[in-house]
Amino acid sequence: MSDVADRVRKIVVEHLGVEEEKVTESASFIDDLGADSLDTVELVMAFEEEFGIEIPDDAAETIQTFGDAVKFISEAQ
Amino acid sequence: MSRVVVTGLGLVTPLADGVEETWRRLLAGRSGAGTIRQFDASHLATDYACEVKRGDGSDGTFDADRYMEPKEQRKVDDFILFGVAAAQQAIEDSGWVPQTEEDRHRTGVLIGSGIGGLKSIQDTTILMKEKGPRRVSPFFIPGALINLISGQVSIRYGFKGPNHAVVTACSTGAHALGDAARLIKYGNADVMVAGGAEAAICEIGIAGFNACKALSTKRKDDPTKASRPYDADRDGFVMGEGAGMVVLEEYEHARARGAKIYAEVLGYGLSGDAYHITAPNEDGDGAERAMRMALSDAGIAAADIDYINAHGTSTMADVIELAAVERLMGNAASRVTMSSTKSMTGHLLGAAGAIESIFAMLAIRDQVCPPTINLDTPAVETPVDLAPNAARSRDVRIAVNNSFGFGGTNASLVLGAVA
Repeated sequence: MSDVADRVRKIVVEHLGVEEEKVTESASFIDDLGADSLDTVELVMAFEEEFGIEIPDDAAETIQTFGDAVKFISEAQ
Repeated sequence: MSRVVVTGLGLVTPLADGVEETWRRLLAGRSGAGTIRQFDASHLATDYACEVKRGDGSDGTFDADRYMEPKEQRKVDDFILFGVAAAQQAIEDSGWVPQTEEDRHRTGVLIGSGIGGLKSIQDTTILMKEKGPRRVSPFFIPGALINLISGQVSIRYGFKGPNHAVVTACSTGAHALGDAARLIKYGNADVMVAGGAEAAICEIGIAGFNACKALSTKRKDDPTKASRPYDADRDGFVMGEGAGMVVLEEYEHARARGAKIYAEVLGYGLSGDAYHITAPNEDGDGAERAMRMALSDAGIAAADIDYINAHGTSTMADVIELAAVERLMGNAASRVTMSSTKSMTGHLLGAAGAIESIFAMLAIRDQVCPPTINLDTPAVETPVDLAPNAARSRDVRIAVNNSFGFGGTNASLVLGAVA
């Protein structure tokens, strides 16, 4: 779990150019971390690449926060 | 009809980042050419070009972080990065900061590119073939579209006036300046950011122009000698990259705010060859008509021209343009100075007309014409002074920029000193 969280956090920091402390469990990519809808598409692609999983579009729409992403990826693995 | 003047300049060139350092090196006759560094080009017929030198900003190097956050740089092709950087310079130089919503509505952007995000298209195609379509970034299309420099600049500065882009191959930059000036003359805007940007030095770009037999291939040992307009030993152009941007402004608007004025856009001419997809017509008629239209628009005689910044790409076409200038000038041919700064910057394609118009404006400002370097053995005899290998100090009140592109598209701008 913590390994997944670290790797997800690294991707979010890299792609959105935000400080690591801001990437908290409940941080929303769009509302709190400055992402727009294209950024979130790219984030999901980066998660797929990093973890070797496929995230269908309807599932991707439910991933709104850092916590959502970590939970989804942990379960998908 | 209102008058249009130039109140801000911006340059990112293979010689340097910034207007003054580029101009200093240009007058000193420096070449921006070298072996290609951004990818391994050793297997191509041409392995040299005039690249923008990346660095920390010292010694004229281009530090992208000064213009765009690293996370934003990832989302755009280099032609957009160069374009936004040169636009930032020009806007800051002009000192124009719209204060009201009306000001913002009266400020527009018209920036073009010859090819756009070619490198992004190349790289994304390879990625898609290797990893599938789901790996194509959502930023691929908005990072490669030609009009996205205009889009980025308008978003960044809140300019809500006309938002447009030009695509006319190697005459893009000149057309952008001319069209933007017309929008001001027509009353659609008071201020326009205009220019061109290009970043096509990538494997498919070099291979494509090599296939057209357009690029120099013989100077792998000394790329700085490869771009040699009007010289008998020229063998094609050397590709360049970068951007040139100006702030154009309605004359009274500029005066009212006490803006520094570089030059006036006096005339603009356009024509088509209706001849061949890549070669100009050997009679040079299209080039001559573009220049005549620009002079007529300016209301001045050919004999009044002091300096011509030529299209002069270091190809067979150089002497076609030269012959057209000789016909245009008639008996006054011996009093004009005409140089090709592509001998130093290489050919910046869609940015060429913009950077070279800026050089013409600086020639007016400083009363000096940049040289044509590597002009050792002239291909033809001419009464026109080609400023071989050394800058020429002289009176420059009227200057012309010529730009011609694939498809047989021609543009000429007449620029003048503002008393």
